[in-house]
Amino acid sequence: MDKILVGLKRAVDYNVRVRVRNDGSGVETDGVKMSINPFDEIALEEALRIKERGEASEVIVVSIGPAEAQQQLRTGLAMGADRAILVESSESIDPLDRARVFLELINREQPGLVILGKQAIDDDNNQTGQMLAAIWDRPQASFASKVELNGDSARVTREVDAGLETIEIDLPAVITTDLRLNEPRYVKLPDIMKAKKKPLDQVPLAEFKIERSPALEETFFEPPSARQKGVMVNDVAGLVSALKDKGLI
Amino acid sequence: MAKVLIIAEHDGTELNPSTAKCVTCAAQLPEADITIAVFSNSPGAVASQAATIESVNRVLAVADDSSEHALAATLAPQIVALMGDYDYAFGPSTTFGKDLMPRVAALAGVNQISDIMSVEGSHTFKRPVYAGNAIVTVKAPDGHPVVATVRTASWPAAGTGNSASVEEIANNAAVPSHTRFVELQSGKSDRPDLQTAARVVSGGRALGSSENFDIIYALADKLDAGVGASRAAVDAGYVPNDMQVGQTGKIIAPELYVAIGISGAIQHLTGIKDAGTIVAINKDEEAPIFDVADIGLVGDLFSIVPELTDAL
Ligand SMILES: Cc1cc2nc3c(=O)[nH]c(=O)nc-3n(C[C@H](O)[C@H](O)[C@H](O)COP(=O)(O)OP(=O)(O)OC[C@H]3O[C@@H](n4cnc5c(N)ncnc54)[C@H](O)[C@@H]3O)c2cc1C
Repeated sequence: MDKILVGLKRAVDYNVRVRVRNDGSGVETDGVKMSINPFDEIALEEALRIKERGEASEVIVVSIGPAEAQQQLRTGLAMGADRAILVESSESIDPLDRARVFLELINREQPGLVILGKQAIDDDNNQTGQMLAAIWDRPQASFASKVELNGDSARVTREVDAGLETIEIDLPAVITTDLRLNEPRYVKLPDIMKAKKKPLDQVPLAEFKIERSPALEETFFEPPSARQKGVMVNDVAGLVSALKDKGLI
Repeated sequence: MAKVLIIAEHDGTELNPSTAKCVTCAAQLPEADITIAVFSNSPGAVASQAATIESVNRVLAVADDSSEHALAATLAPQIVALMGDYDYAFGPSTTFGKDLMPRVAALAGVNQISDIMSVEGSHTFKRPVYAGNAIVTVKAPDGHPVVATVRTASWPAAGTGNSASVEEIANNAAVPSHTRFVELQSGKSDRPDLQTAARVVSGGRALGSSENFDIIYALADKLDAGVGASRAAVDAGYVPNDMQVGQTGKIIAPELYVAIGISGAIQHLTGIKDAGTIVAINKDEEAPIFDVADIGLVGDLFSIVPELTDAL
């Protein structure tokens, strides 16, 4: 296959304990560490491994987001992607519109495979990959923990509630990654230097002329209800009697 | 009237309890009229189970050979073909619904509301974001169908005792052949199902091996509990993936949750926020799991767990 398209979303780092703003307008992002969404890093690693096995010739990383998402794309280039496209927009974009942007990029680039993270750890939506597969009218293999390419088709093992499901899909297709698909490589310093010379195209979202879907409106953010602080017991006897007091045994 | 289509989750013979949880959520909509659709190559048995769920007005049994296994690519066009008559399409936020419903939403031209925790009005819902560290109120646009997944841990299952009508209908939608089921590897166990068990015992990285997990199973069996695990325990291969609890595993709400040798990372805690009582056993008194535990015991799990199992 010729090209693989990979999505890299700029998201709050997974180690950050996010705080809701007092006025309920959102979560505090000022001065907060931002990273590649962890599932997208796994998506890129998988694409790179496919290319390194000689099963693809080019890996293109795409981010839809603010100008600062260049940082995440540069990291992706340092990991080994060949080029990057930033579809720039400072407003929030619903998943279906993200899927429509990806579809437009698919029409331009004609990739044999699109790999996205199964969810972004900010909005936790878990939608974009499935939506893209739907409007592209192609197969989806979501929550992948193993991918095997066989020419015009792929065998994908998916992490499902009942265990591990294997499906066969015709290519081109959309795959979304689960955590156990692979362990992303670390970026080395010389690679960061090399990445500076790799192409990064910046295109304003407006240039895509996609039809915007009816928008969801996020009206108010609040912290979750806190759990009451509990009691500490000293030994197993104490634990057993605390459980008995609560009528649990 | 709010006409709701709920997509039944099932394995061909048994209706999954997540469906009755979707019904409870849908029944909160003003003037809800609820239809459950069962897609299968032979939907009869599952459709009769669905018809017993309270608040359900009717069940549609849609037979098609392509529906022998639940594949999003083949189910989504069949659902969209029915949706003209409905204002809402709901599925559970299990891996079945998470895979399927966004494909339905995109074909219907709308965004999806993921993981409904509460219904605030006909088009207004609350849902968790940032691993449950924030709850956002979301309004879906008027004049468009609402496609959503229902966060199963937030809703009790609707009761049974109903006898709604079952209508058999034929599928007229074209289904693609580009996606084919190969196999399902399932670690069948006689223990209570993790997602519906009233009690759950979970082990973390501290267990150190799959052999050592036997002390977790022994305690679980004494308590008649389901067994879960942290991501670290699954990644290390001590237990299979379907036991992972958390942001990217299963979100559960048992009456009793016992976390053993689990530190309490936010991604794990988001999976157990709705548990009734949380018990934590950890040798590190500073472990964040103790911030959310109702009962905490500091010490070595390898002596505490067998002692507890004997004491019960
Ligand atoms: C995108 C993303 C998604 C994630 N999703 C999930 C998820 O869904 N679920 C999940 O669980 N994690 C998830 N994680 C991982 C999470 O961040 C933690 O790494 C993981 O939960 C840690 O597992 P643990 O508590 O078993 O291990 P550790 O954090 O290593 O904790 C082990 C604990 O055992 C205690 N211990 C050690 N020896 C003993 C002993 N002898 N007796 C008693 N206590 C002992 C230690 O004090 C420690 O607290 C995710 C991470 C990312 C980045």
